[in-house]
Formats: sequence, C-alpha cells, structure tokens
Amino acid sequence: MHIARIIPCLLLKNGGLVKTVRFKKDRYVGDPINAVRIFNEKEVDELVFLDTSATSAGNGPNFRLLEDIASEAFMPFGYGGGITTLEQIRRLYSLGVEKIVINTAATNPGLVSDAAGLAGSSSVVVSIDARRGLFGKYSVYVEGGRRDLKTDPVSYARDMEKRGAGEILLNAIDRDGVMEGYDLELIRRVSEAVSVPVVAVGGAGSLKHFREAVEHGASAAAAGSMFVFHGKHKAVLITYPKYDEMRKLFE
Amino acid sequence: MIAVVSYGVCNLGSMLNMLRKINVEACEASTPAAIEKAEKIVLPGIGAFDNGIKALNALGLAEPLRDRVVNGKVPILGVCLGMQLLGTGSEEGVQAGLGLIQGGCVKLRPPEGVGVKIPHMGWNTVHPKKAGPLLEKLDAPRFYFVHSYHLLCKDPTDVLATAHYGMDFTVMVQRGNIYGAQFHPEKSHRYGMTLLGNFAGV
Repeated sequence: MHIARIIPCLLLKNGGLVKTVRFKKDRYVGDPINAVRIFNEKEVDELVFLDTSATSAGNGPNFRLLEDIASEAFMPFGYGGGITTLEQIRRLYSLGVEKIVINTAATNPGLVSDAAGLAGSSSVVVSIDARRGLFGKYSVYVEGGRRDLKTDPVSYARDMEKRGAGEILLNAIDRDGVMEGYDLELIRRVSEAVSVPVVAVGGAGSLKHFREAVEHGASAAAAGSMFVFHGKHKAVLITYPKYDEMRKLFE
Repeated sequence: MIAVVSYGVCNLGSMLNMLRKINVEACEASTPAAIEKAEKIVLPGIGAFDNGIKALNALGLAEPLRDRVVNGKVPILGVCLGMQLLGTGSEEGVQAGLGLIQGGCVKLRPPEGVGVKIPHMGWNTVHPKKAGPLLEKLDAPRFYFVHSYHLLCKDPTDVLATAHYGMDFTVMVQRGNIYGAQFHPEKSHRYGMTLLGNFAGV
C-alpha cells in the first residue's frame, strides 16, 4: 500500500537546527546529527534540510556537515541552501544527498535543467516560497522570503516543471511555524497545474492537516514545528507519527 | 566483499554508507578487472535506461558483468535502474539491456481514473510471490521507490515480489544468482538493512 509521504523539513543555521515563524524569529532546537538519529529510529519517510545561513551569508553548502548527515541518514534526504553551481550539486549527490533543493538559484535559467540532466528530474526539487498579497494575489519570493519576484506561483511552477524540476516544495511563508493548517488554496492551484509531485509545507499543526493537504492535491506533506515542538509551551521534542497512524489517516 | 559498480550514472554514497552501517565490506568497481574478480555485485543506478547501459558499455563493464554472473555464478543485485538494466531493453530507450532476466521495461500505466501521479515516489509495501533468501526475516516490508518504468518478466517464476500503485507490478526479481529490486534498499531503514544483509549472506 502506497501512502503519501510525511516529511520533516528541518532548518539549519550555522550548523545547528532552528525553527522559524513566518521565516523569522528563529529558535535553536538542537543538533542536526542527533535529530537524524532520532528520525532513523522513528523510520521517517524522508527528510529535507534547508540551510538558511548558507543562503543569506552568501556561503555555499556546509559540505562537512552534510557529509555527516548523509552518513547517518538511512532514509532519502534532500538539501537546499546556498546552491548556485552544478559543481556543488555534483558534490552533494556524491556525498549521498538524494535530492537537491533549489530556491533562489532557480531564477538562473540553466541551473535546474543542468541539474536534471546530471541525475534525472526525480533528484531535483524546486522550492517555491509563496505569499499572498494584500488583494489575495499570490507571488513567489526568493532570498529567504525577502525578494518578491512578482510572479504567480502557478506559472512559476509550470515553468520549473518544464525546465526539469521533478518535484515542487511549496511553502506558504505566512503559514510557516503557525501550526494552524496549510494554505489549501495554494496547494490546490499548484498541484492542478503541474504533473510532478507537490510537497506542501507551512502550517501543519496536526495529523488532520496532512490529510487536508493531500486531499487538495499534494503528493506529500512536510512540516517543521510539528516534529520538533511538543505541547502548548513548545518544548523541544522530536516526534513523528507511527506508520499505523499514518496508514489510518490516509485510508 | 561486495563490488558496487561505479559507472557514473549515480553516486554510490548512500549504498556504501548503508553497507558500512550493517558491517558489510564493500568497494567501488569501475573497471573490467574489478568486475572479473568480484565475489558479489551490486549494480545501482538512477536516470534513463539508455544512459545507464551506454555508461556500462563505455567503461567496458557490460560484458565482464554478464560473464561473471552467467559463467562465474556470482550473485548480482540490481537496484532501481540497475534492476531494469538486468532485462532485455526498455520502452524508455532503444538500447539492449544486459539480458540477464528475460523481459523488458515498460512505463507504469495505472488505469485512468485511479488518480496516481507518475513517477511512483515514496514508500510502498512489497508482497512476496515466492520464497527467496532476500526477503527472509522481513515481516510486512516496505521500501522507498522512485521510478516511472517497471520490468515485465517473460517468465513469471522470475518474479520475487510485487507492489501496488494504481496497478500491480513487479518490484523484485530472482532467477538463480540474479536478483533485482526496483526500490532503494539503501534508503529504506531497517527493511533495507535486512535485505542488503540477506544479499550479503547469499
């Protein structure tokens, strides 16, 4: 039986794990290698690491850290942050990163197609950070949510699929860390527009939210806060639903 | 010692990491000489069928692989594209495969209206069709898949296991010393560890 993937999406900053709210207010939540070991035990479907410091500081990926993560990750994992060249992508694949995640650098027209040519589309994810404007219109943001591309996420996603993106990681900036549910309209629009899998992220606070995302067209649901915080005071605790729970959820 | 075939169409990091984790000795094999003395072979691979077979041929590995497996009776495990390459060809391309398993690859075509996206990406349960060493000690196994094509065996007794994604299809084969897995055991937690450990023990 195939069920939708549930993916912890973890933020790295200067070698540590952090969690943000609406892309700001990052809070340290622990050591990434330790987190990977716990997620191994919990038999997590897949992991995504996004390094916020790699982008904003203009540094490339932290290869040493990623090598350590790869040697402990016995599930598929994706990495994004600070990727600008094909050489970096080649190096990431050779370390054992299954999927590379491109955000800001997707505006460089050649990089996505070159990456797909290197290892096939299913190893290339384009992450789209979208925000709804004052009049309800969605727009794509890059550079960690700071630069507005003034482009509709639907046409952007279609364009990325054409260039060779094998998966879209669709993030609703204003839902990040809020834990009140995904932006279902955004998920529906983008999922209908592309034939590649859409991974919804931003807003998950309960198992019910995962089901809603999938019902609106997502092939997988990702979350941050839900897997690193526990209780109303948001104590740091790494959790992940049991397989039987997830099976029941999607039945 | 398992020789993991290195031919440029996928990176071996994950496979070597996983084998190290379960204390199985492994090395990269990228030359005919390395294949000729291999005691056990893993053929990984991702991407397009023709790219894979051309890359094997460009390094002169296809013939030694066939010889080692057919005449030397060395166990081989094809993984993902590596399993597809064991067959005779694929709809995805025009090149001939290794021909170690009779049958070619076809695109996954679930019936219309079942609403599943291709590629088949994610975790799925695997259902054994016959007894074989690879699936020993595995209770209700599930594995991580990423693929759009699947192998169609001419001889149904070669089918070791199937999965369901809009339709039933072959995900594992075994014919004597020749094994294939469409999924990624190296990325499938304890299920993959057990399977690779079983292969190391055959």
